Amino acid sequence: MLAVVGTVPEQDFPLLEGEISLEDVNISIQGKCVSINRGTSALLAAAIKTADVLGQPAPYGYLVGDIGLGDGSCRLYEYLTRNLGQSNFKTITFHYLQPDVDWHNRVLFAIEEMERRPILIADAGFMYAAKMSGQSAMYDLFTPDVGELAFLADEEAPHPFYTRGFILHEEKRLPELIDRAYQHNNAARYLLVKGKKDYVADLHGIQATIDSPAEEAMEAIGGTGDTLTGVVSVLIQAGLEVSEAATIAAQVNRLAGYYAKPTPAAQVMAIVQHIPRALEKIIEKNR
Amino acid sequence: MAFLNILKKRKSKAFLESNRWDRGILVFENTSEVIRAESVLKSEGWKIRVMGPPPEIRSGCDLVIEFPLIEELNISRTLQLAGIPPKEMVPVNSPLLQPVNLFQAKDFGQYLMIRAANMKLTIDKETQNIVNVSGGGCPDVPYLAHQMVNKSLAEAPSPKEIGHTLCGYALQLAYEEMRRKCSL
Repeated sequence: MLAVVGTVPEQDFPLLEGEISLEDVNISIQGKCVSINRGTSALLAAAIKTADVLGQPAPYGYLVGDIGLGDGSCRLYEYLTRNLGQSNFKTITFHYLQPDVDWHNRVLFAIEEMERRPILIADAGFMYAAKMSGQSAMYDLFTPDVGELAFLADEEAPHPFYTRGFILHEEKRLPELIDRAYQHNNAARYLLVKGKKDYVADLHGIQATIDSPAEEAMEAIGGTGDTLTGVVSVLIQAGLEVSEAATIAAQVNRLAGYYAKPTPAAQVMAIVQHIPRALEKIIEKNR
Repeated sequence: MAFLNILKKRKSKAFLESNRWDRGILVFENTSEVIRAESVLKSEGWKIRVMGPPPEIRSGCDLVIEFPLIEELNISRTLQLAGIPPKEMVPVNSPLLQPVNLFQAKDFGQYLMIRAANMKLTIDKETQNIVNVSGGGCPDVPYLAHQMVNKSLAEAPSPKEIGHTLCGYALQLAYEEMRRKCSL
């Protein structure tokens, strides 16, 4: 089963674990609803849509409220250190959590106690913590955008906010940034770099480039990276090899965006709705 | 086996304690400010410690305060309110690093997007309404988006007021640049 660990932007949202369902424009866990706008709820909505098409079970969620104070994230980290070791998830995706190196490492220790090592995916705040901890190589997939890739490539930077000068010129220097991230052990086994073009890369460089269809507005829409992470998580859980899953997920997310014909004012749910159609189309094309 | 477990635990503990990448340093004008700031931050529950400054820090006094770097925006606001703004806030591991101070503007015709570091803010140029917030990875990003989207640039709360993390700080820079471009 796929587990997704993240936060919702409500201060009083309790720490909950359980199967996630989709109800109209909300996701639901243990009877509590969260609106799908961006962040972990957008990732989960995309994951559920993908799982439906593939006949996979819905993802299992570990969610807590956190508006950036870090209190919810701390409770969730502590909970994971006590409970993950006894779980048997095949894939775990970590998402919007307050980056905290000590807690990150304790969670990794808990994963080491699992009977079978799961495939590990990190995005957003947890990916920042993974890089800061020097433990990036423990992960199977990171899903940075191009700016976050510049952060991974900058061995000095503790956060994208402190990434050195090359952050705004990175599109042209992408192969160099990927190489640098691997050189300093700040990349996962695979990288899925989201941007104007999407790239799948590993230690040996760029393995696939996905650049069509292209909807320029997607860059402005909050949550489009989260949906990509949701889709790739389910494809990996379904048994695809990580690089193949990343390539297909990028194609699906782009096609869903193309079908949605969004403006920069569109909200991510408009794209999530088109994921099933996009996935069916890509499956058909690959038959 | 038990011996191996003890070794593993010792290694783990040392590993956990050696990594301070997520910590920052607050630099103040004098020791009196350090003591006051320590008292304010501890009373509000922050995990901080007073220590000697690293050699790269050439200004300020002989003591600095180590703090959780991600929460820079929240701590900065707390100290401003207490009347003891720090002289500098820098990462522990690389005190000479400066925040990203370059902006990237993208014109979509009806819409304008400004990016600062990993954060992007988009408005409708005609109404000056904020239509989207994207990028970032700290948990206040979805919260900030929820609070700011569908409000006008003039009326929306600033990330500086309601954000807490470095992603919130980056969004504040994009927000200030957008206001400057819109002559607000």
